[in-house]
Amino acid sequence: MKRQGTLRSVLRRIGRYRYLVFISFALSAVVVALTLYAPYLAGEAIDQIAVTGFTMEALSPILVRLMLCVALTALLQWVMNAINNRVTFQVVRDLRQEALRKIGSLPLAYIDSHPHGELVSRVITDADQFADGLLMGFTQLFAGIITILGTLAILFARNWQIALVVVLVTPLSLFVARFIATKTHDMFVQQSRTRGEMTAYIDEMIGNAKVVKAYGRESQSLHEFDDINDRLGKIGMRATFFSSLTNPSTRFVNSMVYAGVALTGALSVLRGGMTVGLLTSFLSYANQYTKPFNEISGVVTELQNAIACAARLLELIHEPSQTPEPSNAVELKDVKGSVTLENVDFSYTPEKALIQNFNLSVQPGQRVAIVGPTGCGKTTLINLLMRFYDVDAGSVRVEGHDVRQTTRRSLRGAYGMVLQETWLKAGTIRENIAMGKPEATEEEIIAAAKASHAHSFIRRLPQGYDTVIGEDGGMLSQGQKQLLCITRVMLCLPPMLILDEATSSIDTRTELKIQSAFARMMEGRTSFIVAHRLSTIRNADVILVMRDGHIVEQGDHESLLAQNGFYAELYYAAQ
Amino acid sequence: MKELWRYLQKYKKECVLAPLFKMLEASFELMIPLVMRTIIDQGIGGSDAPLIVRMVLLMVALGLVGLLAAVTAQYFSAKAATGFAVSVRHALFEHMEALSFSNMDRMGTSTMITRMTSDVNQAQTGVNMTLRLFLRSPFVVFGAMVMAFTIDTRSALIFVAVIAALSLVVFGLMAMNIPMMRGVQRALEDVLGATRENLTGARVIRAFRREDAQYEEFLKRNEALVNRQKRAGRVSGLMNPVTYLMINFAIAWLIHTGALQVQTGILTAGQVVALYNYMSQILVELIKLANLIVTMNKAFASWKRIEDVLRLQPDMREDGSVHVPAIHADEAVRFENVSLHYPTAGEESLQDISFTALRGQMIGVIGGTGSGKSSLARLIPRFYDASHGAVLVDGMDVREWSQAELRHKVGYVPQKAVLFHGTIRDNLKWGNPDATDEDLMNAVRAAQAEDVVNAKGGLNAMLEQGGRNLSGGQRQRLTIARALARRPEILVLDDSASALDQATDKRLRKAIRALDYHPTTFVISQRAASIRRADQIVVLEDGKMAGLGTHAQLMEQCEVYREIYESQYGGEASA
Repeated sequence: MKRQGTLRSVLRRIGRYRYLVFISFALSAVVVALTLYAPYLAGEAIDQIAVTGFTMEALSPILVRLMLCVALTALLQWVMNAINNRVTFQVVRDLRQEALRKIGSLPLAYIDSHPHGELVSRVITDADQFADGLLMGFTQLFAGIITILGTLAILFARNWQIALVVVLVTPLSLFVARFIATKTHDMFVQQSRTRGEMTAYIDEMIGNAKVVKAYGRESQSLHEFDDINDRLGKIGMRATFFSSLTNPSTRFVNSMVYAGVALTGALSVLRGGMTVGLLTSFLSYANQYTKPFNEISGVVTELQNAIACAARLLELIHEPSQTPEPSNAVELKDVKGSVTLENVDFSYTPEKALIQNFNLSVQPGQRVAIVGPTGCGKTTLINLLMRFYDVDAGSVRVEGHDVRQTTRRSLRGAYGMVLQETWLKAGTIRENIAMGKPEATEEEIIAAAKASHAHSFIRRLPQGYDTVIGEDGGMLSQGQKQLLCITRVMLCLPPMLILDEATSSIDTRTELKIQSAFARMMEGRTSFIVAHRLSTIRNADVILVMRDGHIVEQGDHESLLAQNGFYAELYYAAQ
Repeated sequence: MKELWRYLQKYKKECVLAPLFKMLEASFELMIPLVMRTIIDQGIGGSDAPLIVRMVLLMVALGLVGLLAAVTAQYFSAKAATGFAVSVRHALFEHMEALSFSNMDRMGTSTMITRMTSDVNQAQTGVNMTLRLFLRSPFVVFGAMVMAFTIDTRSALIFVAVIAALSLVVFGLMAMNIPMMRGVQRALEDVLGATRENLTGARVIRAFRREDAQYEEFLKRNEALVNRQKRAGRVSGLMNPVTYLMINFAIAWLIHTGALQVQTGILTAGQVVALYNYMSQILVELIKLANLIVTMNKAFASWKRIEDVLRLQPDMREDGSVHVPAIHADEAVRFENVSLHYPTAGEESLQDISFTALRGQMIGVIGGTGSGKSSLARLIPRFYDASHGAVLVDGMDVREWSQAELRHKVGYVPQKAVLFHGTIRDNLKWGNPDATDEDLMNAVRAAQAEDVVNAKGGLNAMLEQGGRNLSGGQRQRLTIARALARRPEILVLDDSASALDQATDKRLRKAIRALDYHPTTFVISQRAASIRRADQIVVLEDGKMAGLGTHAQLMEQCEVYREIYESQYGGEASA
């Protein structure tokens, strides 16, 4: 049921290349016909020899024809291979593209809750295995079927008794192949699953190898790895062995066919029903005829594996995307910066309520600081503002528009965000800074870097702004990475800002300098600031004091201190 | 290559038996044309029907024995190949864990993951196919040649010529194809890197509306991969057509020479048929061999890449096993003129640092972003080696300690708070596998993480990969608890309280001071408040020591420290 769905999805994607597929099939048919013609010519040549007193003049033209036929076969075969390669690799390329498109539009809830290594394994390893299977299917399945039909046609035309022998023995081969294929499908699925599990484990342990080493957990994690590894070894052994039975089993059936042809053929020659040359080409056909059965059964097992892999990739591709934007979605323009949250309820998991009945109204240009103990929901608020997650109830409004009625691009474009968890892409420093404004000039980039005080350290890097950094920022310190993230925002300066612990890893002297730049930046911009340093918070227009997903206090610094509540408690504890 | 055998050692028996049984099967197959010749020359020639039946029965028997031999061979090769993969993965994982931090910085995580997954899979398939076919195919080819010699020397010389030419072509194509396959693999790695990036950076990419640009970049890499695949496919696709062409030309030549011999009465028609059959057998085997070579090419390319990792010498030698009793009983850590130069960095990260930490002292390390604070911290558990000078623990150079012993003494809490998939208990036990729940809870309480554990539902609560179901501050506190669970002699907090609010941070420091085992504690921080009460404060600027002393001393003598302090306590907030 599910397998058929996968098959249909795969076929649809191959359909895009139907002209190429058609040419490939046509070529395949020609190649098969020529391949069948060659033994026939050889048989004719042998018949010439079998007659006593033959002449070389009669033999030579046959041999020349044989050589021409073979040369043409080889050429067409090569072209066909190239086409098959093309189709396969392009289908897989398309699948990978779709997968990546999907990754770009998946709800963050999905990305946050699935091990990245396992998703990567689908896009890379599974897609690769699928390509292997598909290629085999292409090159061998169709050609195999044509060969079988073509051979049968010739056999029946020349000698129906022998043809009958062949037809009667063959189903055995199909039956054996089918039996083995169904038996092994589950093993392949299991193998693929265990592989995914292993990739996730490697991603976790090798990705964080530094912590593993710091705690001397090498042997422990090796031990756990071995457990998965051994399981994979066992299931892999079974899958490999049982699927490899197909080949010898069908080959055995083939030799039975061969023996059958030899028996009936030889007896028929004795009775004068056929010539030795014809018998020779028949034996050759018997070989050619049974070979595709071998291949087809091999292909079937390979396809089993390919379909199992494709299913995992397609599962990702068919994963529901984030809620689509309504067709009349509002393009936010000239955002002044008024943000309201009305009766918002939100939780990551239904069984654990987090934010409940949350209300907030922010005027354009206001500076909103969010404080509270760790884990009180500050970061969650940012997830909602940026619409990384949708509210369960209530609404978030920007300029009076429910964010669900606006385009995500225009909403997110209205915010400049610096998160505590710095993320940089593999690429040059310049590319990272210009992320929000790819068309920025060199001067603009340097100006932004100077404003964020990143310029001096960037200049000292081996290749300055062209220094390539790895996927996790490589040798840069946490603070340097944070400076780059700030520069990124400095460059595009959207009307609203979100600063989540934006300066937590930057030393205070630098921070003090950045503060003035920040102050300039926040001028006239609505800003949401999450910070632990109370000095950062003091100047805010509104301070939201959060605790367990609720706002417990709201006001400016003085009035909150005067209330002598939770804020005052936090404030004095820090002093 | 030699390395490869090492992982097959355990399967020596299987590696010998699999090809042996394959060759046994092949020998039976080689006898078929001889049986056929008897049928033609004696059965048909002598009109001996019972002989034909006997010969056909012999064929059936040969097929049956062949089947048994083949199944046995498949079993042994599946066992060896999957076992091989298990031990290679084990070795890779173990080796990667043994690599030094600088090795890892250079290699990158995604490279390590592909090596362990898709490369090992390719190598496994390669071993499996090689064991099954690599000896069998040449055996049949040469066997056919030998059989040809028993029939007729002149015709057999054609076999010799063709086989020589074929070997040349096959090996030539192979030599061309290997570097191409390596290029394909590299391109695949780029695609993997791009996929990973889109998952880990999902938030930032969306915030900066870079979905399309990221997608474009992925497309480019994906396209590069496909182009390489197609180019490599065109070369490897030559194999089949070229061999087919050569063999059939040889057949024409064979029939031609055979005809001349028949004319002079040296050969019978049956013998020519047998020679023809042997040539056809070579063709069948060559097609198999060609497919095998494609698989082997891929496998070799993968194996080379695996070997590159295995050959990578951890660039940190461990000499430590010598047990020298602590020379200075009261001295915990000493830096002697220490400089550090990361291999991947442009300039020195630390220059000529000297100071001594007495047992039980709290040492504060403060300085700007990129001043070398973390580098200093990383030298204590010997994550990197000093390029000049020495770091001494208990009076002994860290290079003389065994890594296990050294790291057991040190509780290191990294900047980036990483936790692992598993229960909170599992994670805390990283610090000390023998800890009781009571011990763990003590550590948790000291780390101010009791509310985290309670909120999650106790020590049995499950953490997701990377601890994603916790906030940054919650993760930091649990990583501190993990370090404390070990009751370390030396505790290194590498800016590991940055996400904590100041009140929690303060309680944390108080709790650490109150620990009954009085660890020597290094607090690396940006915050003056965090280190103000330390026994000694190391002030770093641009990798150099700008000051050393207590808060009071430094306020008087150290300009840099005073600036840092005032940037945080300046203005109305006086301490």
